[in-house]
Amino acid sequence: MKVGLFIPCYIDQFYPQVGIATLQLLEKLGCVVEFPLLQTCCGQPMANSGFAKLSKGCDTNFVNNFSNYEYIVAPSGSCVLHVKEHLQSEDNPELAKHIRASVYELTEFLTDVLKITTLDASFPYKVGMHNSCHGQRGLHLSSMSETVAPAFSKPGQLLQMVKGLQLSYPQRVDECCGFGGTFCVFEEAVSVKMGKDRIKEHTANEVDYITGGDISCLMHLEGILKRQGSNTKTIHLAEILNSKL
Amino acid sequence: MKDHASLAEQFIKDEARTDWHDETLWFVRQKRDKAAYGLPEWEQLRTWASEIKDHTLSALDNYLVEFETNAIANGIKVHWAVDAAAHNKIVYDIMKAQGVKKLVKSKSMLTEECHLNEYLQQQGIEVVDTDLGERIVQFRKEPPSHIVLPAIHLKKQEVSDTFHEHLQTEKGNNDPQYLTHAARLHLREKFIESSVAITGVNFAVAETGGFVVCTNEGNADMGAHAAKVHIACMGFEKIIPKAAHLSVFLRLLARSATGQPITTYSSHFNKPRHGQELHVVIVDNGRSRQLGREDFRNSLKCIRCAACFNTCPVYRRSGGYSYHTAVAGPIGAILNPNLDVQAYSDLPFASTLCGSCTNVCPVKIDIHQQLWKWRQVVTEEAKVPISKKMGMRFMAWILDCNVNYKAAGKIGRWVMRNLPFLVKNKLNPWYKQREMPDAPKESFKEWYIKNKKA
Repeated sequence: MKVGLFIPCYIDQFYPQVGIATLQLLEKLGCVVEFPLLQTCCGQPMANSGFAKLSKGCDTNFVNNFSNYEYIVAPSGSCVLHVKEHLQSEDNPELAKHIRASVYELTEFLTDVLKITTLDASFPYKVGMHNSCHGQRGLHLSSMSETVAPAFSKPGQLLQMVKGLQLSYPQRVDECCGFGGTFCVFEEAVSVKMGKDRIKEHTANEVDYITGGDISCLMHLEGILKRQGSNTKTIHLAEILNSKL
Repeated sequence: MKDHASLAEQFIKDEARTDWHDETLWFVRQKRDKAAYGLPEWEQLRTWASEIKDHTLSALDNYLVEFETNAIANGIKVHWAVDAAAHNKIVYDIMKAQGVKKLVKSKSMLTEECHLNEYLQQQGIEVVDTDLGERIVQFRKEPPSHIVLPAIHLKKQEVSDTFHEHLQTEKGNNDPQYLTHAARLHLREKFIESSVAITGVNFAVAETGGFVVCTNEGNADMGAHAAKVHIACMGFEKIIPKAAHLSVFLRLLARSATGQPITTYSSHFNKPRHGQELHVVIVDNGRSRQLGREDFRNSLKCIRCAACFNTCPVYRRSGGYSYHTAVAGPIGAILNPNLDVQAYSDLPFASTLCGSCTNVCPVKIDIHQQLWKWRQVVTEEAKVPISKKMGMRFMAWILDCNVNYKAAGKIGRWVMRNLPFLVKNKLNPWYKQREMPDAPKESFKEWYIKNKKA
């Protein structure tokens, strides 16, 4: 299966290991992975700040890079949701439509398209799950505490396949961490307070790692953890699923 | 005026109190969850409520006229107010015709929106809010901080101090039962003294010309039953077509608001009792404009349950006053920009767009989607700091094409590694309470070109 790999800008720049893990994991599972070299960003930082009109350049670039793939996969629920909801192209509306329907977040690609049931991975640590909002409430990667429906979790389903991993959930199972894109700087006080409160619940569970499908949330939590001098670390789901420790 | 971010920062300075506020409201959210999970048909009820409201909004003019016709036939006097000033004047004129100077009022967020209390007080009229929480904040000369729980920002010691000052209760006696009893005795006097009672309206039924008022304290009933004149004030979106529809809304309202199966009192007013005058004031105040905005129309489906407040992680940690308006929280953040896009241009940004508000909304308003859309409107219609505009343009210029992006990334990471003081300083809001991420020497793209491209 041929896959176009979309590595969001902040992963590319600050967390290359997440991109590498995603690529290796997909290859291990038999995919032929191509990484279009001229890709940059999905445009979400401008759009969520009220400047969607300034994200047209990013849209065009995205369409140019990804219109040839049947499957586009990215290790970020937030960026995938942005593409799904907002990618537009005045010149090629059909191509944009095709991309919106073909873009997958990594975990849903593994559970729904590749339909994997086993995974050759081990990670012998206690891991706390952070449900990132855009993946959860936007892409429905897991059931949501607000709605009355059967419980499920695509990331949880995958983590259960990892040997040695002990999964735990915080008390408020799907409260936002407070990252929120530019919210994290324009509403700094609330953002940090929300992050501290998430961390408190995870450290009460004595986790070694906090994991999730969005490195943006994890970068925010990591920043607070490091400032607190905590031993708790953050790690992207893709890195765990690609681990053999 | 201070914006949400700075008011929130002020609120959070007292971290222990912020935790208490957050936990108190989270407790209410959990009560709501229990009530919702208790009904297997919960999601179906939400869908019905949403569809009834969508339908009503699509034919609102017809339903309003139907309501008016039936209400008049029942002996109710119906008034139409184009804005807050007109609403306030209608109420005052009724008072003047009666020659009375005192009134009791049960909870009505509409009258808060119209600033009715201030207006009437300027005309020399004594207004007594009879909802316990509202009476507490009224004594303190504060506005409500929450549309269902107006005094939720106060601890019982503070209520005790306030009652000691205004009702001469025992100093330091924080017993809720004792304090509530004192309020009850005080309010009984006010109910007896007042010949005019104002109530809000939760649902106005077009087919019957009657309306329903929901309270837990029975204060709307005490006021309306004792007074010679009852004035009910409603925003025009409170209409529902049929009485049968109450079977959907009354099941959703209290469960969403407080986790109760139903409010203690759901009182139906259909006609004035013998010798009583019954007035209904139907208010527009910007609602027509909102109805005309396709993207924001369905915000008028709101039944004011405040479930979105209680679930909002931002509201719980910033308090009602940080929204500097009568209706705070996520729903306030999409209603207020319609009233004044400049004054409330900060509110659509007081959210992480987590989407929890949309999920709890009993009438399925897509609140977080509308927050996103308001952001787009605000940057067009309100004044945005030039630094923010330029910053966004610059960011777009970098991210638009690979050449700029690659160069900026490389330079940025080099600076972070070699001149860390340029990012690790007080001017960087990220760094205030968080460490910067490590800046790797190699981006993923660089690694890929080196290792995989062949």
